[in-house]
Amino acid sequence: MAQITYREALNQALHEELERDERVFIMGEEVGYFGGAFKVTDGLLAIFGEKRVRDTPISELTIVGAGIGAAMGGLKPIVELMTINFGLLAMDQIVNHAAKIHYMFGGHAKVPIVIRAPQGGGHQLGAQHSQSLEAYFLHCPGLRVVIPATPADAKGLLKTAIREDDPVIFLEHESLYGMKGEVPEGEYMIPLGRANVMREGKDVTIVSYSKCVYDALRAAEALENEGVDAEVVDLRTLNPLDINTVVESVRKTGKAIVVYEGWRTGGAGAEIAAQIYEAAFDSLDAPVERVATLDTPMPYNKKLEHAALPSADQIVRAAERLA
Amino acid sequence: MALERDKHAAERARLTLGEGELGELYRRMVLIRRFEDKVAEMYSRGKITGFCHLYAGEEGVAVGAIYALYDKDYVVSTYREHGHCLAKGASARSVMAELFGKVTGLSRGHGGSMHLFDQTVRFMGGYAIVGGGLPLAVGLGLSCQYKEEPEVVCCFFGDGALPQGAFHESLNIASLWKLPVIFICENNFYGMGTMVQNAVSQEELYHFAESYKMPGVRVDGQDVLEVYAAVTEAATRAREGDGPSLIEAVTYRYRGHSMSDPAEYRSKREERIWQERDPIKNLRRRMMQANPGAEARLETIDREVSEVIDDAVRFADESPEPGLEELGKYVYSSEQE
Ligand SMILES: Cc1ncc(C[n+]2csc(CCOP(=O)(O)OP(=O)(O)O)c2C)c(N)n1
Ligand SMILES: [Mg+2]
Repeated sequence: MAQITYREALNQALHEELERDERVFIMGEEVGYFGGAFKVTDGLLAIFGEKRVRDTPISELTIVGAGIGAAMGGLKPIVELMTINFGLLAMDQIVNHAAKIHYMFGGHAKVPIVIRAPQGGGHQLGAQHSQSLEAYFLHCPGLRVVIPATPADAKGLLKTAIREDDPVIFLEHESLYGMKGEVPEGEYMIPLGRANVMREGKDVTIVSYSKCVYDALRAAEALENEGVDAEVVDLRTLNPLDINTVVESVRKTGKAIVVYEGWRTGGAGAEIAAQIYEAAFDSLDAPVERVATLDTPMPYNKKLEHAALPSADQIVRAAERLA
Repeated sequence: MALERDKHAAERARLTLGEGELGELYRRMVLIRRFEDKVAEMYSRGKITGFCHLYAGEEGVAVGAIYALYDKDYVVSTYREHGHCLAKGASARSVMAELFGKVTGLSRGHGGSMHLFDQTVRFMGGYAIVGGGLPLAVGLGLSCQYKEEPEVVCCFFGDGALPQGAFHESLNIASLWKLPVIFICENNFYGMGTMVQNAVSQEELYHFAESYKMPGVRVDGQDVLEVYAAVTEAATRAREGDGPSLIEAVTYRYRGHSMSDPAEYRSKREERIWQERDPIKNLRRRMMQANPGAEARLETIDREVSEVIDDAVRFADESPEPGLEELGKYVYSSEQE
């Protein structure tokens, strides 16, 4: 199997889907001639032309809204938001329109759109460029939320997302684009709502998604030296949420740590913890630990930023508290 | 590039439309008027609840514009959309049933007055976020262009949408990509109670077209033929690949903003002046001038429309409510039966 980057895996998924289905097209700021702000769409314009790889003005609200309209008109748009921070300008179209149309029209309309956006901190980009906003979308019924950690998942989940009939928010982590991994060539699809047990263990369950999965894996290694056998679960998608895999693991370990890069308060981890309590309270030996981003805007200073973000160290300490 | 208002457009339109077609315009306007009057009655009897915005007084705009379209053309509208939906061809029964919250309604009782949708007549929805429909219309226009189909999109919105970013973004993109979209601003002079001159720096709204390099025209929305003529021209242009247009239809809503608004911010005198310019009376007068014998035909139409409305109310009243099992349906398409 080929070793390629997360970025290349996404590009491959886009390429294959553009080739497979005439109705699929990409639009967004700088996706064409520039090749994408993070080069995810690099080279696609040359192959598929301006009609299918469409540069747009800086008008997030209307780019997303036009994607929704195009989806209602029978196309399969993939809208790239340059980063999720700018996606906030499109929240009306995402929450009030994309998420509502199927329901409020009694099931008679469909919105098969994929909204892709990079997110996450760690690059000293300051308060307005470092957010992880998955909880905003998780909160809203009607949206699927997909958030891959590995190159293979990036490809397999994106291909599935493109073929979904519901609006999908597809969140990529800016720190993962260069990460390499084995990715199956050609047709490769991963169903939504299937968590992946990345590492098996019997002492503590670390539940995570996106980049934090790697912090969890590093923490698990460190814990191994301390004689703690950690299980690491990558959720892959937040909606649908595969809580069964998590609960099964917690029943075995009796302890859970939820790790996520959103703010601690009201983050996706709070929902996951609540669902663990609801389904597996009797199995828990201790309260669920949360390791997340500090409740502050992201600082620029490198040391401060590092301290604000979740890390393997913090996960190890959380596990020690649980021991 | 803005077109000057063409005073003779309505006259030309009258000459191109035969008496049968004028009768059809008349029928559609009367249908909407009677429908809205009945809705008000049903609202006061508690049969219809929630927000409900009536279209009475503005019929000339929806009917004139939509008559200029083909069946397969798309319409996108706002929360004040009963008129557009009926004019596009949705049945009075299914619209009334939706207002009654019944499972036989267009949106199975999930939408209500503000969220009608009928794919079969390409009425692509009523949206209750001011300005929210414009980006959707741009996207539908993009889908027509992309599929190389000749359809156009007609997007209705109020004067209140002009100061929204969505308006400016949408006109910019539609023009940039030469999309087949007709933007129709129904300028009824008020948002809820805020007058347009207190909300928009350029109160001659059609002038915004110039900034976006598209034709802009102001028409008398109380003259169904003038609206018809302007939209015919804009639709031809859009269909030929020459891009969008902005049409400002000056009109007036007879009732308050919604059923709960007594409209105390405006004078009775103002209301009377506009009642005298009524679009239905206007067309009726014109048809009678051309042919005094038309009266019998118009009266038949009035009667037929009354029957349609009574039947719609009966149907809505007798229809079942959605069952509780409907509550969680349609959140995701995969959960459908
Ligand atoms: C984004 C947004 N802001 C505020 C409102 C509340 N609101 C509903 S209708 C309305 C007035 C809109 O007026 P206009 O666009 O002229 O339409 P009209 O009701 O006159 O047809 C307002 C402020 C809303 N629905 N959406
Ligand atoms: Mg208004």
